[in-house]
Amino acid sequence: MTAPKTLYDKIWDAHVVSEDADGTSLLYIDRHLVHEVTSPQAFEGLRMAGRQVRAPEKTIAVPDHNVPTTLDRASGVIENEESRIQVEALDKNARDFGVHYYPVSDVRQGIVHIVGPEQGWTLPGMTVVCGDSHTATHGAFGSLAHGIGTSEVEHVLATQTLIQKKSKNMKVEITGKLRPGVTAKDITLSVIGATGTAGGTGYVIEYCGEAIRDLSMEGRMTVCNMAIEGGARAGLIAPDEKTFEYCKGRPHAPKGAAWEAAVAYWKTLFTDEGAHFDKVITIAGEDIAPVVTWGTSPEDVLPITATVPAPEDFKGGKVEAAKRALDYMGLTAGQKLTDIEIDTVFIGSCTNGRIEDLRAAAEILKGKKVKDGMRAMVVPGSGLVRAQAEEEGLADIFKDAGFEWRMAGCSMCLAMNPDQLAEGERCASTSNRNFEGRQGYKGRTHLVSPAMAAAAAITGKLTDVREMM
Amino acid sequence: MEKFQKLSGIAAPMPLVNIDTDMIIPKVFLKTIKRSGLGVNLFDEMRYDRQGNEIPDFVLNKPQYRDAQILVAGDNFGCGSSREHAPWAIADFGIKCVISTSFADIFFNNCFKNGILPIVLPQEQVDMLMKDAEKGANARMEVDLEEQTITTSDGEVIKFDVDAFKKHCLLNGLDDIGLTMEKATAIDAYEERAKQSFPWA
Repeated sequence: MTAPKTLYDKIWDAHVVSEDADGTSLLYIDRHLVHEVTSPQAFEGLRMAGRQVRAPEKTIAVPDHNVPTTLDRASGVIENEESRIQVEALDKNARDFGVHYYPVSDVRQGIVHIVGPEQGWTLPGMTVVCGDSHTATHGAFGSLAHGIGTSEVEHVLATQTLIQKKSKNMKVEITGKLRPGVTAKDITLSVIGATGTAGGTGYVIEYCGEAIRDLSMEGRMTVCNMAIEGGARAGLIAPDEKTFEYCKGRPHAPKGAAWEAAVAYWKTLFTDEGAHFDKVITIAGEDIAPVVTWGTSPEDVLPITATVPAPEDFKGGKVEAAKRALDYMGLTAGQKLTDIEIDTVFIGSCTNGRIEDLRAAAEILKGKKVKDGMRAMVVPGSGLVRAQAEEEGLADIFKDAGFEWRMAGCSMCLAMNPDQLAEGERCASTSNRNFEGRQGYKGRTHLVSPAMAAAAAITGKLTDVREMM
Repeated sequence: MEKFQKLSGIAAPMPLVNIDTDMIIPKVFLKTIKRSGLGVNLFDEMRYDRQGNEIPDFVLNKPQYRDAQILVAGDNFGCGSSREHAPWAIADFGIKCVISTSFADIFFNNCFKNGILPIVLPQEQVDMLMKDAEKGANARMEVDLEEQTITTSDGEVIKFDVDAFKKHCLLNGLDDIGLTMEKATAIDAYEERAKQSFPWA
């Protein structure tokens, strides 16, 4: 009888190619996702060494970070020269090395972490990597997924493996039911608020509990997406019927007998009774409120009903960091969060750019208008999410409310493209990082759920969405 | 990859916690398709004003730290995006060693691929090195990877831990890909097994 294993242990064990005495292992990679920003140097490295992509059939490329999201991009020209060069480099590299590719002109193009699951590339039990920290998203399927640097991108391209040491196991359990108005985004931000941005360093997190099981696949992706903001290498959720249902029939999911065999295996992917976790965190679902961030780190999380904290509320290095954050954000200790006025609302990103996110925002916006002078944009996570939202009538709700209805891409989540905040501009954003300068030089970001973003667009202030339900 | 064996240099103090990769190298500089030349934009938004003038208060703009080769930093250094442009910028500036109480996972790994040694130490020791670094250009620290020691300007010696495999690669400037290529037979064998067990993958 073997010792009980966690879900992470099981996936890890199934992918070890070789292991050295000190635990340094060569891990096989099932899916390698590639985008234009972190890959050009890796492909160049292959060329210089005369190497090939070992498994082009397991490598999927899509441009997302740099691409404009304006409707006229169909003309095919990216005005910013450097951005254009990066996207053209990906076009060429995908062609030269024969990997799967979704160019800007393809309706399936979108944010790499939305395209992967949508096309059935991401499946339970797999190892998935990408030169992007939000690769953690794919953990929602019970796949071991994490971001890597460009040197590692080159390593995976050349060998389809990664040199790794195993992380520790952490369990994050969200018990019971969520209250109305509370979403997956509030769960994941609240966990980071509780653990801090370094709380997960050295761990792979398994999220479990009734509140997690109750989430849709879209919600689970939102939770796992931000595991990295808590410092964890990856976030995982054990696959279940919802997972199988989501995967079934996707273009690259197995079919027929292969499907049956896959599901039979996937059903073994859960943490055994009595398996060891090095750290356990339990949060009651009913204690989670709709939250917002006030500072410049994703750990600066508070319920929307709270007030802006003072630096003295913190300890150690965080005192200085809080002072700096308040100054950067232009906030005063003691100010009510609901009194903070917003200039801009951004709905989109790999955290909250899926169909369910758009539905949640549209639900609040239906029949309403954004506040006068508000700049508001919706950027669907993929061309297919966009098409579905149009079919469901969501696009009309957004447009009638005064939102811009954009093409798919990373957009204002990281401002590598023309969608940026101006100096001092304050944004309620459904993205994942409120770092200094993240959405534009001196831009101010408050992270929120899609429903909370919609509420802020209507009132012009950070708003408790529960008052609008 | 450049070898890292011994380093004797000026250490710059950056006590701020949670220094993220957007601070280390803002996204406007990620549009390059090269690895080189990023040092001039290291910590760009903290280091220069909008007109491109140096902000005199910023540590690496101070005369005594302009040639720093070691950074002593606050907790959770390198959090955020996976961009390897962060260690590329650090190395290109001339910094070869970063010392903190903790590093974000991806950044930590990226350092080793670029000849940079990240060292994790307990809070008291980082505090002590931070004070040493604050002395300015006279405070030259010595980092010896083989011996796994840091020697302060006062001659105090601190031991540090480092993963044996990563140490070996750094000491010898080894390229991971070359090493893994030597295991091609094992990878072939794994792929054969996986074809049977997980044909859908």
